Amino acid sequence: MKNDSDKILQEVTGSDYKYGFYTDIEMDQAPPGLTEDTIRFISAKKNEPEFMLEFRLKAFRHWQTLKEPEWAHVEYPPINYQDLIYYSAPRKRPKYDSLEEVDPELLETFEKLGIPLDEQKSLAGVAVDAVMDSVSVGSTFKKTLGEHGVIFCSFSEALQKHPELIKKHMGSVVPYTDNFFAALNSAVFSDGSFAYIPKGVRCPLELSTYFRINAANTGQFERTLIVAEEGSYVSYMEGCTAPIRDEHQLHAAIVEIIAHKDAEVKYSTVQNWWPGDKEGKGGVYNFVTKRGICEGEHSKISWTQVETGSAVTWKYPSLILRGDNSTGEFYSVAVTNNKQQADTGTKMIHLGKNTRSTIISKGISAGRSNNSYRGLVKTSKKAENARNFSQCDSLLLGDQCGAHTFPYLDVGNRSSIVEHEATTSKISEDQLFYCLQRGIDMEGAIGLIVNGYAKEVLSKLPMEFAVEAQKLLSISLEGSVG
Amino acid sequence: MLSIKNLSASINGKTIIKGLNLEVKEGEVHAIMGPNGSGKSTLASVIAGRETFDVDEGTVTYMGKDLLELPAETRAREGIFLGFQYPVEIPGVSIANFMRTAINEKRKYLGLDPLTGAEFLRLMEEKKKMVDIQSKLTNRSVNEGFSGGEKKKNEIFQMALLEPRLAILDETDSGLDIDALKVVANGVNKLRRPDNATVVITHYQRLLDYITPDFVHVLYDGRIIKSGDKNLALELEEKGYEWVKKEAPAGV
Ligand SMILES: Nc1ncnc2c1ncn2[C@@H]1O[C@H](COP(=O)(O)OP(=O)(O)OP(=O)(O)O)[C@@H](O)[C@H]1O
Ligand SMILES: [Mg+2]
Repeated sequence: MKNDSDKILQEVTGSDYKYGFYTDIEMDQAPPGLTEDTIRFISAKKNEPEFMLEFRLKAFRHWQTLKEPEWAHVEYPPINYQDLIYYSAPRKRPKYDSLEEVDPELLETFEKLGIPLDEQKSLAGVAVDAVMDSVSVGSTFKKTLGEHGVIFCSFSEALQKHPELIKKHMGSVVPYTDNFFAALNSAVFSDGSFAYIPKGVRCPLELSTYFRINAANTGQFERTLIVAEEGSYVSYMEGCTAPIRDEHQLHAAIVEIIAHKDAEVKYSTVQNWWPGDKEGKGGVYNFVTKRGICEGEHSKISWTQVETGSAVTWKYPSLILRGDNSTGEFYSVAVTNNKQQADTGTKMIHLGKNTRSTIISKGISAGRSNNSYRGLVKTSKKAENARNFSQCDSLLLGDQCGAHTFPYLDVGNRSSIVEHEATTSKISEDQLFYCLQRGIDMEGAIGLIVNGYAKEVLSKLPMEFAVEAQKLLSISLEGSVG
Repeated sequence: MLSIKNLSASINGKTIIKGLNLEVKEGEVHAIMGPNGSGKSTLASVIAGRETFDVDEGTVTYMGKDLLELPAETRAREGIFLGFQYPVEIPGVSIANFMRTAINEKRKYLGLDPLTGAEFLRLMEEKKKMVDIQSKLTNRSVNEGFSGGEKKKNEIFQMALLEPRLAILDETDSGLDIDALKVVANGVNKLRRPDNATVVITHYQRLLDYITPDFVHVLYDGRIIKSGDKNLALELEEKGYEWVKKEAPAGV
């Protein structure tokens, strides 16, 4: 059975390649559509080891048997997966020669966020000065990490240099069979990052700076793998407060985290994908599978996320607490404005004894947006004395937006204690007038109140990002009241 | 400084202020008294620019400007301060952060550089002493979990920081113990200058033992029906509002 895009592919590519699919290796992007040939093309393009191709193909075959999930509390037009382009080479040449060519609205936002000029250039795709060149920053950074035996590189590089580590861990937390988007990502992932912290090492740097500089080049199907060996510690920051516009509408990332005995991983993310215009047109769809496993005893993983972007977000960072006495934490702020839709939440799966988890979720809805929180807490039979505390708060601005909370509890052990608290509040006219009366204008007032509301979560972010995230929250809600 | 002429204001179509006149000059202290629901807080809100109230008639001039033209935040930056009868809680926002934002907004409006963190802290220490506020209070979220008295003291502290030209204190004395009452009164007296003015709204003559008003007005059913000096407050305490009602010439 051949469909149209297959035919076109064949015409374009000829047939003398051993996989029955060949195209000029210099070609910058794959033709639209998704077949086994597309996957072979991606893998060949990236010169991947054989096991990787096998993995991708298995994932692809599985994906073909799946249907897109429909249960999330979001609506979007159907995506035609055969219309998408699954590989484009990273942009080598900068998009612009100077900042003057960049959309002034974007620059204004950078300005408000207080992002340094050089970083603005890098983020907007403008050629950067030699001083701030990402390569040189990257290399000092890498040297320090190297001295401690920490591996931190792109996923592609890791596949070349440390294939055994990738082979061992990739898919061990999020198998490609996990869900529709996970299968898709596993088949076609473009690139991403790999971090490996050896036994007993406390990672000397926040793994973040590097990302800031490279954020503009993240692919459509990103893949992150973090492995923390026994007794190690790392704080990892992904994403960017600057709004990221992207010609790719669909983003389906996978993040996997493994914490061994006594290890601790702090994963923070600030996501600000372009949400589209006021009607939500042109916004990014963000379907992400993020999961961590506390593999060893006394291990700890915490997720902290600030979400303000995307037209549609579907995201449930989850934790499996397998090691006895392991701890999981989830701190989240999700803002939706205009016509944005977010369906986010977390899953805490308690398997080990004395495992503890905390969930603090703060939703903020404005405009005509929809913000849903979905939380699953499960304690297995063996999870003696497991404890969970969940606090899910919603803050509404105006009366056209919605907030929904869906807690699911599945308690399989009598000695476990699961507590859930939920509140819904509005910014009151009293609060706003109090601020106005002190000389703070409406935008400033909303910014203050919202940041106060989200403080508990923001305080978990690494310092530099906390400051930016605060500004980001205010900016995301501009014009939402009054 | 403030001149209110024939002011009428309503909320949701219900008229509350009904042709009110009031004249406040620099250096003066005015006391407004009146029974519950007579419109005292409404008057304060209208002067401060709360948009839930509609001004249907009359004029309000402040420092030569048409006050009714200005949005609430501009009025505040122009030096109008309202000490709220029921100060609202703002969870997660520390008083320090809140007031630093407020002061710097005002400074920006006046064309001044913002205060640095250190400058602000110094100012805060100075004003804390002045109004005798506990140090740890300023690290707490605005009014969150404050006792009634602490909320009122916090209003005076904010007033001290903002150094308004016209302060309207809406029942800042209610719910205060005698020591706190002295603190509040002291704050007002210390901040008193020849070029600023204070309007205190109160139910109790005892506040006026500490803050000596130049004028006392009786607000009744949306109008000022009697004005006098501090002796009027004493007389009111003795005879109640029924007495003024009878005294008041009809139609005022
Ligand atoms: N938001 C509102 N909606 C409807 N009526 C209101 C509103 N706010 C005030 N009022 C009414 O306006 C009238 C005056 O209220 P106001 O608060 O100004 O009285 P007050 O003199 O300050 O009383 P108190 O001494 O009890 O503080 C009252 O009858 C009150 O019920
Ligand atoms: Mg009142």
